[in-house]
Amino acid sequence: MTEATAKISPGTTIKMNRRPFLVDVVIRLFKEKPLGAVGAIIVLLLLCAGIFAHWLAPYGYNEVWVGSKLAPPSTRFWLGTDNLGRDVLSRIIYGARISMYVGLGVSGIGVVLNALIGLLSGFFGGRTDLIIQRFVDAWMCFPGLFIILTVMALVGPGVPQMIVVLGVLYGITGSRTIRGAVISVKQNVYVEAVRSIGCPRWRILLKHILPNIMAPLIIIFTVSIGGAILTESSVSFLGYGIPPPIPSWGGMLSQGRLDMDKAPWLAFWPGLALAIVVYGINMFGDALRDLLDPRLRGGLGRYSGGKLSKRLKRLKTAEK
Amino acid sequence: MSAYVIRRILLIVTTLLLVTIIVFLSVRFIPGSLVELMVADKYRESTLSMDEMVAQVREQLGLDVPIWEQYLRWLGVYPQKDGKISGIFEGDFGESLWSQREISYEIFRRIPISLELGIIAIITALLVAFPIGIFSAIRQDTGGDYFGRSVAILFIAVPGFWLGTMIFVYPARWFGWPPPIVYYPITQDFWANIGQFLIPGILMGMAMSGTTMRMTRTMMLEVLRQDYVRTAWSKGLRERAIVVRHALKNALIPVVTIIGLQLPILIGGSVIMEQIFSLPGMGRLMLDSLSSRDYPVVSGVNLVMATVILVANLVVDLTYAWLDPRIRYR
Repeated sequence: MTEATAKISPGTTIKMNRRPFLVDVVIRLFKEKPLGAVGAIIVLLLLCAGIFAHWLAPYGYNEVWVGSKLAPPSTRFWLGTDNLGRDVLSRIIYGARISMYVGLGVSGIGVVLNALIGLLSGFFGGRTDLIIQRFVDAWMCFPGLFIILTVMALVGPGVPQMIVVLGVLYGITGSRTIRGAVISVKQNVYVEAVRSIGCPRWRILLKHILPNIMAPLIIIFTVSIGGAILTESSVSFLGYGIPPPIPSWGGMLSQGRLDMDKAPWLAFWPGLALAIVVYGINMFGDALRDLLDPRLRGGLGRYSGGKLSKRLKRLKTAEK
Repeated sequence: MSAYVIRRILLIVTTLLLVTIIVFLSVRFIPGSLVELMVADKYRESTLSMDEMVAQVREQLGLDVPIWEQYLRWLGVYPQKDGKISGIFEGDFGESLWSQREISYEIFRRIPISLELGIIAIITALLVAFPIGIFSAIRQDTGGDYFGRSVAILFIAVPGFWLGTMIFVYPARWFGWPPPIVYYPITQDFWANIGQFLIPGILMGMAMSGTTMRMTRTMMLEVLRQDYVRTAWSKGLRERAIVVRHALKNALIPVVTIIGLQLPILIGGSVIMEQIFSLPGMGRLMLDSLSSRDYPVVSGVNLVMATVILVANLVVDLTYAWLDPRIRYR
């Protein structure tokens, strides 16, 4: 803990106890955003399942039990087995690892590209901005899934291809937000001040602008994890994403769809896992945005409709 | 206003040109396997040698001239081999590699199907998003708000293709309801057509309503914090008057743009819904031509889709500028 003291007038000192930023965010997350906390727990669970998949899963993801194909859920196979006799629970747990790779990889590539394009376009402005933004415009009018399917059909299915293709897509799409943030940061007086003392451009970019766009970058990173996992499974569902036998939830769902009449639970589990994970990530991202965006922090300017009208009523009765 | 319109249209033209370049280049990276595939397809009935066949196929695909010439020919501003000028500017997308049918015919035949899906989806999205979004905003941080926001995020999180598969299969198992397999055109059998489109349309709309709902909530919150709303409170207006008359009008304008921005996602989602519910729309055409490596069709579909989205966004922007004069003078 760091203690900051500020003297306002002689004789009065105000002591401020300030927690480290991260601890503060976590505490406020649990205090103010119960849904966000639930989301955070789901995200943690996904990470644990992904990292420790080989310890958690009862069987290997490609371990075939020839005698029990399409077995219903039982004590031996908790969620049943698929058309080749592989344990569905194990495949779901390993699928969490794939989703984790895809989510983090795509968001990582995406955020780096976001920052690069956004900084270039927003900071330099003028002609650079005009040209870059026309390309972003052109790119953004392609329906996401169409362009992904086209590119994936050309480069062929696979985990690394999927991550790079989606990463580039998210990187270009999200750059708009970052560009906007850079432009608004650039107009601050402190940027003008460092420029007037002859600070080189790269230094202004790295030391003064980049730290100030960290909040939108963190938010974009968190929010796009969920979207990336969902898009990956849609593409795998259509057969252009991650090829079998790698356990991708989308691919498992599309395989399960074929065996729907014999084993209806097969398509159910991967979809449920997907829904829970994406829900958790989005909830977490939402809460994070509220916590990191100072304008939404509440306080004096905050509108609270029903509460306000109740307060007004109380005031009125007090007057009487 | 007219200066703004002209500026926007000029920007659109540049963007459209870039779009054609992206579409053109994306299929120019055709893997060599396609030429081999086409050669193998014809090799048996031909007397030519392998190399001659490859040369012939390359010529047929127009790959034998420099790339800028290929592009200008495809665009339709440079004469084709037979001296005629015909390309996408003239509405000629070329022929399908395998069926030898006109691509423009294939595409425009399927547009109404995707359009109908899209319209149902947008109506569903708005019907769900506006009431919940507004309620969530005026009761911020209450139980109702948490519930509304959870529903919104749930709608975004639940994969449409999962719900679609579930709806397609479980009722069929439990109630013996057969999911429709054959496509009924709206002109032939109106109710059968609506019944067929309603479920996929609603599923697509649900995903869209989540984002729209959150946007509505955010914009409402922003507007409700404005000074004029505080003024309205302090002069003793009822809450309903404040929300409906003062806040809503101003909050919903930016939400319109979100609908434009959602369009690419909506159209992307149609690929999956059309696949699950076997509707022969643009998404199906895309998937079919991808699996048969019919790249001229793929680029045709991509181009048409991009143009539709571009024009829709132009319309949204112009409406926005018309509703909010501040935009025009930026």
